[in-house]
Amino acid sequence: MPRGFSHVLNSSPLQPGDLQLDIDNIYLAFGGVQALSGVGFQVRQSEITAIIGPNGAGKTSLLNCVSGLYHPQRGEIRFHNGRTHTLTNLRPYNIARLGIARSFQNIELFKHMTVLDNLMLGRHIHLKSNIFSGGLYWGRAQREEVENRQFLEDIIDLLEIESIRKQAVGTLSYGLQKRVELGRALALQPSLLILDEPMAGMNSEEKEDMARFILDVNEEHGVTIIIIEHDMGVVMDISDHIVVLDFGVKIGDGTPDEVQRNPAVIKAYLGEDQGVI
Amino acid sequence: MESGIFHTTYESDMALRRTPLMRWRIYLIVAVIVILPFFGNSYTLTLANQIGIVAIGAIGLNILTGFTGQISLGQGGFMAIGAYTSGVLAASLGVPWWLTIPIACVATAVVGTLFGIPSLRLKGLYLAIATLAAQQIIQWAIVRSPLGVDAVVVPPVTIFGTSLNKLRIGPFGGSDFWFYWIIYLFMFLTILFAVNLFRTKVGRAFIAIRDQDIAAEVMGVNLFRYKLLSFATSSFIVGLAGALLGQYRGIVNYERFTIETSIFYLAVIIIGGLGSVSGSVYGAVFMVIIPAILSNLGQAFSSSAPAIARLVPFAQQAVFGLTIILFLVLEPEGLAKIWRDIKDYFRLWPFSY
Repeated sequence: MPRGFSHVLNSSPLQPGDLQLDIDNIYLAFGGVQALSGVGFQVRQSEITAIIGPNGAGKTSLLNCVSGLYHPQRGEIRFHNGRTHTLTNLRPYNIARLGIARSFQNIELFKHMTVLDNLMLGRHIHLKSNIFSGGLYWGRAQREEVENRQFLEDIIDLLEIESIRKQAVGTLSYGLQKRVELGRALALQPSLLILDEPMAGMNSEEKEDMARFILDVNEEHGVTIIIIEHDMGVVMDISDHIVVLDFGVKIGDGTPDEVQRNPAVIKAYLGEDQGVI
Repeated sequence: MESGIFHTTYESDMALRRTPLMRWRIYLIVAVIVILPFFGNSYTLTLANQIGIVAIGAIGLNILTGFTGQISLGQGGFMAIGAYTSGVLAASLGVPWWLTIPIACVATAVVGTLFGIPSLRLKGLYLAIATLAAQQIIQWAIVRSPLGVDAVVVPPVTIFGTSLNKLRIGPFGGSDFWFYWIIYLFMFLTILFAVNLFRTKVGRAFIAIRDQDIAAEVMGVNLFRYKLLSFATSSFIVGLAGALLGQYRGIVNYERFTIETSIFYLAVIIIGGLGSVSGSVYGAVFMVIIPAILSNLGQAFSSSAPAIARLVPFAQQAVFGLTIILFLVLEPEGLAKIWRDIKDYFRLWPFSY
């Protein structure tokens, strides 16, 4: 039986259904290549939004715009958490401070650090020690480490990674690394969680586990999630809202049922002549 | 040997020395350090003092290069800033030696931060060249300044108005003896600071930048700020090593702080272990002791076989170079890794299945 959380995992002050992320008509080009042309959609609090589309459709580029790694040439991304922030003007570390956490398509963990240290790095924006208090490891710096360890143990418990907490991440299997990366994003107490292909390269059992963790985080803690995933079975099962991209253009937007019936989506996935999905 | 030890609080699980064996090991090392000066002769003490200073400098460099992943060839230049600041303040302005040391540290930290600015844009080899420029600029500035190529003679260090040379307690005393305590006190503080740093927020951010800078930034680490902070922290400690060296030697000369010094320190942290505080100390011991052994060997030959003795200085360099190459090939993670492997073997001993 999982223990109850001692901290609130979801840091968003909004009510379920409130507008949280507003992607407004984004244009992104690299040299002559137009990666995104006029993409726009909205994400509501406590929903799972899936972004799907063929390879090279611009899904990861779009998420990189949200995290501040890319800056679109036109259009705006607005984030609401009681106040409105324009993400397109912010640096990645400022966006993290708003409670937007993410995982990466190719695992980007800190390989030589232990699982605990990786998760603790996820607490970075919540920690207050500085170079002097940290170097002394006295009073508040020590208390802070212990208190946050408590929070991390809740996440370790949720993700069922108790046995590996002190191992260096580089020595873990691919599936476990994916799990740790989810944990690191959760450690930030996200108001918006972005997952870039969290199940890529997993077997069906590992996928089931991961889907269960994602649903736990969403349903029990109310965290808003944006997910890129290629496994249509998973996408149709877990998401509330699906956005379909193809060649940098949005070709579908709606509930799983609507998207499955959308002729443009069927065409993009199955080609010109197919009638049914 | 950890079997049978269970932690019931996070405090004890997160302690630096988590098992009784680890604690006893530290007591033993401290005991050896405390007892050594009472038994060692002046030669042993000179070596011990050198090790202490090199260890401090190596921890400084390791914070920047081993932990934050910002390669630096400017170590010699930064040590020069520390040594000259401390030496000149004491020699020309009569500032007490103990006050010149913190001033030298701060001055080096400022200069180091300044030369750290290119690190936002430059990585790897490119940063190496930028820090090499720092090394050359500092050296050039010193030689072209009124200080010139002449050595700065640092006034002898005094405690309560008595020069260390004359200060004696029973049979013990002299400059080497007293400096031993000063250097090892600073080394102890540096080690304590560094190990604590890397189990709290700032140090973790440094390691994160080394391992995966983009992920670190996306998790909320301000890369520019933390890289500069790493340069500042590292240079502060390197400045300490420089200042101690100047005060200990009694003279400060730019020839001690050339590019060779920078490369020597890189070798120390590579042999000791990149990204390891204890490794910096092991590396320092190794890099000071091995040349000393080789040169003693040379002296041994000089009476029995003068023909061989003449070759020894060259052989010394070759053997030294060969050791470094062997380390790079056989154990790139250094002495710290070798020690870790030994500990891992005995961790669950005698039931290591």
